Amino acid sequence: MKEILLPRARPSRWIEFGFQGLSVLMALLFTTLVLLIAGAPPIEAYRQVLEGAFGSLKRATDILVAWVPLMLATSGLLLTFTAGLWNIGVEGQIMLGAIAATGVMRALQDTSLPPPLILILAMAAGMAGGAAWAGLVGLLKIYGGVHEIFGGLGLNFVATTLILWLIFGPWKRPGIGSMSGTEPFPERLWLPVFPGLRLSPWALLLALLSIALVYVLLRNTYFGLRLKAIGKNIRAAHLLGVPTARYLFLALLGCGAMAGLAGAVQVTAVYHRLIPPISSGYGYLGLLVAMLANYRVSWSIPVAFFFAALNIGSIQLPITLKLDSTLSGVMQGALVLFVLLMQGARARWQPKSAVETGDDA
Amino acid sequence: MTPEWIFGLAGVLAAAAPLLIAVVGETFSERAGVVNLSVNGAMLLAAMAGFAVAVRTGSLELGFLTGAIIGALMALVVAFASLTLRQSQVAVGLVLALLGRDLAYFLGNPFMGMPGPRVGALPIPVLKDLPVLGPLVFQQSPVVYISLLTVALAWVWIFRTHPGLVLRCVGERPPAAFVRGVPVTRIRYTYAVLGGALVGFAGAAYTLDLKGGWQGPISGIDGIGWIVLAITIFGGWHPVRGAFGALLFALLQWLSLVLQPSLPGIPSQVLNVAPFPLMIFALLLTNLGNTEWVQTALSRLPESSRRFALRILRSLQVSPPAALGTVFEEE
Amino acid sequence: MKVEMRHIYKSFGPVRALQDVSLTVEAGTIHGLLGENGAGKTTLMKILSGYLRPDRGDIFLDGKPIRFASPAEGLRHGIGMLHQDPMDFPAMSVLDNFMMSHEGEFWLDRRRARRALQELAGQFGFDLDPDARVDRLTVGERQQLELLRLLWRGVQVLILDEPTTGISAPQKVRLFETLRRLAEEGKTIIFVTHKLEEVEELCHRVTVLRQGRLAGEATPPYSPQRLIEMMFGRPIPMPERQPVPPGEPVLEIRDLVVGDHRLRLSRVNLTVRSGEIIGLAGMEGSGQQLFMRACAGLVRPWEGSIRVRGEDLTGKPYHAFLEAGVLFVPANRLEEGLIPGLTLTEHFQLVYPNGRYLIDWEQARAEAQRRIRDFNIRGKPETMVEALSGGNQQRTLLALIRTPAHLLLLEHPTRGLDVESSMWVWRRLKERAQEGTALMVISSDLQELLQYCDRIIVFFSGRISEPMATEELTLDRLGHMIAGRGW
Repeated sequence: MKEILLPRARPSRWIEFGFQGLSVLMALLFTTLVLLIAGAPPIEAYRQVLEGAFGSLKRATDILVAWVPLMLATSGLLLTFTAGLWNIGVEGQIMLGAIAATGVMRALQDTSLPPPLILILAMAAGMAGGAAWAGLVGLLKIYGGVHEIFGGLGLNFVATTLILWLIFGPWKRPGIGSMSGTEPFPERLWLPVFPGLRLSPWALLLALLSIALVYVLLRNTYFGLRLKAIGKNIRAAHLLGVPTARYLFLALLGCGAMAGLAGAVQVTAVYHRLIPPISSGYGYLGLLVAMLANYRVSWSIPVAFFFAALNIGSIQLPITLKLDSTLSGVMQGALVLFVLLMQGARARWQPKSAVETGDDA
Repeated sequence: MTPEWIFGLAGVLAAAAPLLIAVVGETFSERAGVVNLSVNGAMLLAAMAGFAVAVRTGSLELGFLTGAIIGALMALVVAFASLTLRQSQVAVGLVLALLGRDLAYFLGNPFMGMPGPRVGALPIPVLKDLPVLGPLVFQQSPVVYISLLTVALAWVWIFRTHPGLVLRCVGERPPAAFVRGVPVTRIRYTYAVLGGALVGFAGAAYTLDLKGGWQGPISGIDGIGWIVLAITIFGGWHPVRGAFGALLFALLQWLSLVLQPSLPGIPSQVLNVAPFPLMIFALLLTNLGNTEWVQTALSRLPESSRRFALRILRSLQVSPPAALGTVFEEE
Repeated sequence: MKVEMRHIYKSFGPVRALQDVSLTVEAGTIHGLLGENGAGKTTLMKILSGYLRPDRGDIFLDGKPIRFASPAEGLRHGIGMLHQDPMDFPAMSVLDNFMMSHEGEFWLDRRRARRALQELAGQFGFDLDPDARVDRLTVGERQQLELLRLLWRGVQVLILDEPTTGISAPQKVRLFETLRRLAEEGKTIIFVTHKLEEVEELCHRVTVLRQGRLAGEATPPYSPQRLIEMMFGRPIPMPERQPVPPGEPVLEIRDLVVGDHRLRLSRVNLTVRSGEIIGLAGMEGSGQQLFMRACAGLVRPWEGSIRVRGEDLTGKPYHAFLEAGVLFVPANRLEEGLIPGLTLTEHFQLVYPNGRYLIDWEQARAEAQRRIRDFNIRGKPETMVEALSGGNQQRTLLALIRTPAHLLLLEHPTRGLDVESSMWVWRRLKERAQEGTALMVISSDLQELLQYCDRIIVFFSGRISEPMATEELTLDRLGHMIAGRGW
């Protein structure tokens, strides 16, 4: 007597938009409440965020500068989410990518190798570094039974420490190590940017490529289909002949490589050195983007852009309104939370119809 | 008179106290079948809010109460989202973990580095003069006494009372509990919220007692919530075993501090991060027996040594409440 | 207590589980509730015990109307139900299980409960160790425990849902004695079953359900013919059994030892030839699942060897078995067999990829269409498997069995299917056998095994019989062996 209840087949687009709009409204209400508690003028704060994000062309392109690593991390996470993995270790994977890329840059910056080659090697090293860190999570999960949430989180903290140790130890600036990071690379080794902006066309290209790659992988390949099967029912996938351990591992490696690339981009195109907050929380933010985009490649592009805009828009808040810039995090978190809640509410309280059962019950 | 190391161990007990309380809280919640992953965010937010309220009102009690309420509210959101709205506990817990942290840093900005009230030591008359035990246990802050009491009470509650029996059964097999007339969903809500309150209380204990004040991102509280979740697993959802886990962690951390001067080659940051690899290692120990390659290796051993190896692995292994993280729909 | 249910209706979505069913049970009697799988017996009893709420209809206890909102209220009115799958807590002790109920004094009084348990067990001649963990008990012992618990809680109306499934013969004899005694003491007993002989042996009166409707009532002396007619509504045609001449050995098992935390199968030897169908019979959990999963490469044997078509696969991973043409079809379709959230097309592509990297969805859809037609699945290529009915899910599972297969291992291939669907499944399996595939089938339907299998192996709590030719077996003999007699 088991019945399967599903929400009504295809709710009309309007109802769907209505619910989405309602969650946005509730998130906005929540954030307003938080601002009021902090004693800040809400309207002014929102205006400042908008102004901060779109006030000038430079700022608007800064959004893309933030969008690139966020999108790279999100693309990778779509692989692991599809396989049913909670790859919280993505944050550490970005950091390891940054570390590996910095390592290659430092080793090669005084050689006579052509700069493009050094940059390509640094990117490759970044991907390898991120993939290795993700592989560690995979090994712990597959051979050690340690859930990827705990393995990944633990390794995130280890990665943070690794960066601190490098900055204050072996890669110390001449003189005294400080939180400002390692010695900047020579300018010829900076990833080229659009004139007058911080945005690098190469970085943008990498992000677009990663989106396209993940899109095709998930939609049109057996690799993607098998990941999906594992994510939905790993036991049945195994019995149907999918080598589950290998694919879980591959998903993690793929995600780690893309996250590592994000770290390498941060090092070569944005900061030109290794700094403690090199990952800027883009890993955690990528998790939120993927959730809000309902794990779809196409939706994650605008969502990532929106989140990047919030981040850029909040940078000025400490100066203009004496508010902490984590306001963007509050808005992003609240948005995802309310969307999740509304999704549940809709499935729960919309009139349900049991699935058509055929010849027997 | 009292040797140095006793004060050190007393410090370990103090450092472990909030961990004990939070682990018991999460144990209650998970015993009822609700995995509350928001612990890290809840503890940070509770630490900040508890301190802020204590600063504004001058009342420590109100500070702790605020912390507990915040923890309970966040647990309520997780419970509501998963039990009533059937959303993934992991997703909601994780979002709250991140949101709680950002909220703490955003709202706590003005309170950073402010002086505020702090719980002092409360030596217990007569007992405080006992040799060894006196300075070790009975000259501590009330939070330490509360933590030890919490562990003891949790054990009595879970294993010696009828509501505790019902709790264990709900975590084990909700449909069977429901058949016996137990209001499963209500019980799950109750323990999730109770557990959240304990977690929040523990968070407040960091700013109001152990660390004394709110330092924003450098308060050293970020990450502890994840350790709490790991210790809950390591403790096999048993309050006393969980308490041992928490004490072990605090002890190892203290040892790393004590040993640091004698290990000049290792920078201090490495020792600071020690809890996290330790957490992974602890989980590795508890789960190794379940993995396929270990089972395969075991099946190749001759029967006598297999028995021996199995016994060792079993003693480390823990079995979660069978219904952990599942939904149960009452008709 | 006299129980009356009047004009009960209950639907699950579009499925009408019960329509206008009425039932009257006098105090002090044993009342049988008879019907085939899916007739609505369990639903009706869940309504009486408060686990489900009826859409319409009334319930009276001793003439007073009652409405239950939960099992708690059912228990409060003295109604207790023994579920088919014991609703207990396997990881906990017998004593804790015995004490567990929705209300009780704050402090657990283990000493008092222990005394009560021992006293009650003594009264009925049950032997239960209060400190044993319930998952170490047999199904029969778990049932005894549940029975004692309900009696301790003072139930007046006792519902037993298929209580003889999975218990041994002596346990069954003892259970029947107990029930007769309880009826004499004035308790009302409702006995749900699909087995005629149990009704004849035990019940003072019987109500028959068919497809959610009342089919009739009868009192002793019963006419089995009448009861069967009421249960099924029509005679069921049985196809002829045509034995296939067995061919080359496909599966050779030598001195196999395999076990889990409860059971251990020792020194099993078996040769299965191509074209043969071997039935594995036994109560749930007697070792047949373990044995089949060892043959599929899902459980590693401790000792002995498994060879498939001459190739030694002992200790090899599941994938090696798959590649050798050993295919396993699990019983729980949506947990292990299929992937909810994936369409039929996606399932077929997982198993029969028509490329190495890229999927041609158009071609995939056309292929899915063909398989859907071939296997008579009611669904479209885009249908998610969880939206299919049980029978269509089973057909999908069969459609997912790769060819060529040398050895097919099936767990309960017809469980939960109606007669027609079952026959369709068996026809398909027969075809595979005629093509030269060797089959091993687990089923709890002995009739079905006798009808379709060439040889049958019986499992009883870890013991394994020799394979017996079906011609030399009778239903009666098989039934006795499953219950542990006549070995």
